[in-house]
Amino acid sequence: MAVTVRPGGGARARKPARRASGAGDRVLYVVCAFAALVAVVVIVEVIYQVISGASPSINRFGLGFVFHTAWKPNLFIFGAGEMLEATLVTSFMALVLATPLGIAIGLFLAMLAPPRVRAVIGPLVEMLAAIPSVVLGLWGVIVLAPFVAQDVEPFLHGAFGFIPLFGPPQTTGLSVFTAGLVLTIMVVPIIASLSRDLFLSVPRDLQDGAAALGATRWEIIRGVVLPTTSSGVIAAALLGLGRALGEAVAVALVIGGGSTIHRSIFGPGTTGAARIIEEIESLDNNLHLASLFYLALILLVLGVLTNLLAQAIARRVGGEQAMLVR
Amino acid sequence: MSGGVPDPEAAAPEPGSGVPDPTSPLTATGNLRRRAGVSRAFEVVAIVAALVAVGVFCLVIFAVAQRGLSAISFHFLTSDPNLVDIGSGGIAPAIVGSVIIVAIATAIAMPLGVLIAVFLVEYAGPRSGRVIRMALDLMNGLPTVVVAFMVYGLIVLGTHEETGYAASVALAVIMLPLIARSSHQVLLLVPGSLREAADALGVSRWRTVVGVILPSALGGIVTATILAAARAAGESAPLIILDSLVIGEVVHVNPLHGLATMPLTVFTYLDTGTPAAVSQAWGTALVLMAMILASNVGARVFLARNRSRLGL
Repeated sequence: MAVTVRPGGGARARKPARRASGAGDRVLYVVCAFAALVAVVVIVEVIYQVISGASPSINRFGLGFVFHTAWKPNLFIFGAGEMLEATLVTSFMALVLATPLGIAIGLFLAMLAPPRVRAVIGPLVEMLAAIPSVVLGLWGVIVLAPFVAQDVEPFLHGAFGFIPLFGPPQTTGLSVFTAGLVLTIMVVPIIASLSRDLFLSVPRDLQDGAAALGATRWEIIRGVVLPTTSSGVIAAALLGLGRALGEAVAVALVIGGGSTIHRSIFGPGTTGAARIIEEIESLDNNLHLASLFYLALILLVLGVLTNLLAQAIARRVGGEQAMLVR
Repeated sequence: MSGGVPDPEAAAPEPGSGVPDPTSPLTATGNLRRRAGVSRAFEVVAIVAALVAVGVFCLVIFAVAQRGLSAISFHFLTSDPNLVDIGSGGIAPAIVGSVIIVAIATAIAMPLGVLIAVFLVEYAGPRSGRVIRMALDLMNGLPTVVVAFMVYGLIVLGTHEETGYAASVALAVIMLPLIARSSHQVLLLVPGSLREAADALGVSRWRTVVGVILPSALGGIVTATILAAARAAGESAPLIILDSLVIGEVVHVNPLHGLATMPLTVFTYLDTGTPAAVSQAWGTALVLMAMILASNVGARVFLARNRSRLGL
């Protein structure tokens, strides 16, 4: 890791003169460099710990773990196939629902809302992200799930029942579908606030130019705002996807915890992260713990991949500024 | 229209000749009308989307407030849980435990985060800066279960004991990138003139940082820390994995043992499933939400006041 200070270049032009002044400067530098080193060490440590915790399971099952669908802790048989499918289905559903919704909210906040409305609705949308996942899970189990079971799922089954995906609803409402809805609620504020910041960064001149040529509001957005921000919006959606892939507790509460792959999204299931939450307190054997570590390793890989992809896309247009952590 | 002497025939152009009728009302027709309609439809969609998000937020808040208020009393907030008659117990240990765990996490994450931000602003070269920012972004994108497993391998596997401070370490890892990135942004906003003034006075670099730059960025740093702490207070996955004592029977304050926390209490009572337990879960959820939303609103108000004072 390069923590050495290089003289010259941009903002560092006056460094040599400053470096001469005393022990205090050296102490501050060492302390800050140490803190920065900690950030890098934590990432390395996460990767090391998760791999080493998973190693018994990796040695036993190899890559086949990812595809095998049997999960029988008492028989020392572990496979993540079902959980990965449920993870991908719920996250993909959240992505499909949350991306248009989040972009529309972002456009509303950045382009349409009068300042006073924006000052109220913007923070409200962001506070949606501040609701703890366990509270959202509680609400999902007791309020959302019965509503979904009685109204939403029968309606969708009636309308689209010919597609196997929309099979007959269960009575509890604890299903892959409900988990997808809860994840949507968690992802929308992320995409909305990131894309709002992107839309606000579009130069006013470009929009005024389009307006002067007679473009309607929608044409300004389609012709100017969305094209200049598209990479950033895709990156925002990927960051939302990353959040959905790793969410554990809310999903564990509402997904119903079945262990058979259903054709229908109205059946119960378990995602990788939810399985960890369900079983970490009741471990059968060491291989069981190692297999949960293996699940975490898969989540780590998925999380890092979506994150790196988002960073790469955001950087391609220099939109990194707008991808701030919030 | 075609220039030259106005033709008396063209004074009243027939429709379809391409010449606008000056007497017709000024409303859009044809293609223009369609375009205006599309634009209008988009505006409606955007407004509905915003209303849906606000509506869901209000629904959740309303449900938690409605069901939680009936469980909350002074007794509920200040007494220990009653494991025999759940409905008559309180959540004092969970409130104390949550505060302790988040306080320790903040004590770890805030200094580290601010120092990382100072390093990024003051010392980092282009390459080391990129490495550190990437590390922070990756850390921010880590699923919380993965962070919890890191700490599980680091601390819990060695001692075979699930403790409050293990949970604090995991929460600190979750808070660190939030604090570091926001502090970095705030430090970048500090006016260059302040630094130049310090330079002109011959102030050494560390005194400039400690005496000039950090104080003027303090408001933003505090806001970032409060928001990160509020986020950490609501995390439940690391607590479930790292902190075992699920519902404390009495108030504990020693983080070297398990500590009861509010998210864990909600999770456990919901798992128990009896009406009394679920009512307790709603009450706990209301207390947790109220604390988190209050710190969110507080941090925003504080930032707004701070910003207007600095004239940023």
